Amino acid sequence: MEAITRVEGSAYPFGRKNVDTDVIIPAHYLKTISRAGLGKGAFETVRAEPGNVFEDPAYAGSPILIAGDNFGCGSSREHAAWALNDMGVKAVIAPSFSDIFSGNAFKNGIVAVVLPQAAVDRLLEVAKDHPVTVDLESLTVTTPFQDRFEFEMDPFRRNCLMNGLDEIGLTLAMDRDIAAYETRIAADRPWL
Amino acid sequence: MGFQRKIGCNWTESGISIIAPRMTKPRTLYEKIWDAHVVERRDDGTCLIYIDRHLVHEVTSPQAFEGLRAAGRKVRRPDLTLAVPDHNLPTTRRLNPDGSRVPIADPESAQQLAALQLNAPSFGIHYIDAIAPEQGIVHVVGPEQGFTLPGTTLVCGDSHTSAHGALGALAFGIGTSEVEHVLATQTLLLKQSKTMEVCIDGTLGFGVSAKDVILAIIGKIGAAGGTGYVIEYTGSVIRDMSIEGRLTISNMSIEGGARAGLIAPDETTYAYLKGRPMAPKGEEWERAVAWWKTLPTDPGAVYDRVVTLDATDIAPSLTWGTSPEDVVPITGIVPDPESFADPAKRIAARKSLDYMGLEPGTRMQDVAVENIFIGSCTNSRIEDLRAAAAVARGRKVADNVRQALVVPGSGLVKRQAEAEGLDRIFIEAGFQWREPGCSMCLAMNPDKVPPGERCASTSNRNFVGRQGPGARTHLLSPAMAAAAAVTGRLTDVRDLMTAE
Ligand code: SF4
Repeated sequence: MEAITRVEGSAYPFGRKNVDTDVIIPAHYLKTISRAGLGKGAFETVRAEPGNVFEDPAYAGSPILIAGDNFGCGSSREHAAWALNDMGVKAVIAPSFSDIFSGNAFKNGIVAVVLPQAAVDRLLEVAKDHPVTVDLESLTVTTPFQDRFEFEMDPFRRNCLMNGLDEIGLTLAMDRDIAAYETRIAADRPWL
Repeated sequence: MGFQRKIGCNWTESGISIIAPRMTKPRTLYEKIWDAHVVERRDDGTCLIYIDRHLVHEVTSPQAFEGLRAAGRKVRRPDLTLAVPDHNLPTTRRLNPDGSRVPIADPESAQQLAALQLNAPSFGIHYIDAIAPEQGIVHVVGPEQGFTLPGTTLVCGDSHTSAHGALGALAFGIGTSEVEHVLATQTLLLKQSKTMEVCIDGTLGFGVSAKDVILAIIGKIGAAGGTGYVIEYTGSVIRDMSIEGRLTISNMSIEGGARAGLIAPDETTYAYLKGRPMAPKGEEWERAVAWWKTLPTDPGAVYDRVVTLDATDIAPSLTWGTSPEDVVPITGIVPDPESFADPAKRIAARKSLDYMGLEPGTRMQDVAVENIFIGSCTNSRIEDLRAAAAVARGRKVADNVRQALVVPGSGLVKRQAEAEGLDRIFIEAGFQWREPGCSMCLAMNPDKVPPGERCASTSNRNFVGRQGPGARTHLLSPAMAAAAAVTGRLTDVRDLMTAE
């Protein structure tokens, strides 16, 4: 996985609440057996609305997406994260994320930044015409106007993102612990 | 017993795992299952959790197998993994009269199904074929086969995995990278969730089903109300409910934002599981039951949040909008978006009503429907079909209804229903009787609601485009779906039941 310390650039000032995974990537795009190429289906229903941010050339290729509460709710489909990846989004800022989505985003090297609604509102305003910076070193989101919003991130996730670490490889290194657990359970709960 | 405890103590001393060897503080069902599955606990609270059961289907697994192959990794415990195709499968006839398979017309569906059929055996995973009698929706097959057991951790690349919580399993949906992680390591890195008790006491009224209960719960807590929590459903309504009903409730936990929704195992659970093909047998069964009996939440254990509902307040219900929290009783009206206090909710409601083609103030019972779907992992078990058939019996699907599908959750459910003659009741009433699968729940196969048309659906999700582009979904119970089918409009099933 690619290491990320900072995501900088234009941001889609989207802001919508309760954006579910069917909106991020409709079900008829789920039939792929590969991870690439889903960007073309991302936000299909939103793109059909007049004046939407995704069809606006000003934001084309933005590495950041600013969304509303409960972003990524709905299904567990990781295609939502792959679609964002494929459209070049490296960070999503929102007041809250669904649990499954934030896990999927992390596993695909997308930074999910949780900020209070007021900060998100301000960033939505700034992002209309100006770039935004997400920095994992200082755990801040900044703008060209001295705005500085601190956010929190799980230290393990932050470390993995900043060093591009592969989670499966890390876990496989703990094989002895896993095998020891299995031995114990085979005695304790043999019906499993 | 002493031997196990000693091992437990040793492990605890080495700081690796916890099966509380002494009486510690009272724990919830969730906490007990969690503690029994910790392989390693990190300083920041993240735990490496062992996964006992893994269900795999064709949509969220190809990229995981692709990843394993690319990295030269194998499946650690194929014996704990079960693969079943369900999402893409057409629900029409699967075999030609000469015994050959009916080819799958959509090339992309065919490709995903072929990938699972190839991947599962090549990684040593038990695969239930599309034409096997036990095939069905993963969340129907798991409990039915006894693959799902109390006190286990169970995952699947599908958010409605929460269903299995009905049997007292800590079950939740995962993404494809996690599917790959579980295949390779049989573990997941997780943080413990907060706990929420949802207690429903009292007696359900006439015509009120498990589906109405869970819709009422989601209407109350909201679609994000359970985010960060694992729910435990308690109260007399749950205790008195069948496993089928409990599966309906736990299934929709995710629609209330909670990844998992548990119900404590009890005699009903054991009676359901006993003798199932993959359930423990003989002496192992006795040991398993003895352990399962230790799982229910201890008296005095504390939940982070408690929500209570009075069963007598719950009416046959349905959704009016595009979020599962948009719930009204069938006797209600389409709400006015301007009546919502939250401005974001006002905007969402306006959009919803626009999409749904509904005017505020319209009586729900005046809304005509053109499509009926009785199926999905929420409501496709034998009890669901019996409830729908009881309403459909001797009646006819209304003229304005263009398609009315009954899709059993598994081949075994289908056979049971046929043995009871339910298929005849549906067919005589004008319903289509189909092969098992996800079907019109998410419209990945040819079963779709045409754009702009309305569907009375027993599934779990009413999102924009879920049942096909432009489809308008009303979530409701199987009996209510059957009532809508025979009247051609959303209908209070109690009126049809009293008429009998
Ligand atoms: S029936 Fe619907 S909700 Fe259930 S597993 Fe299939 S697609 Fe998912």
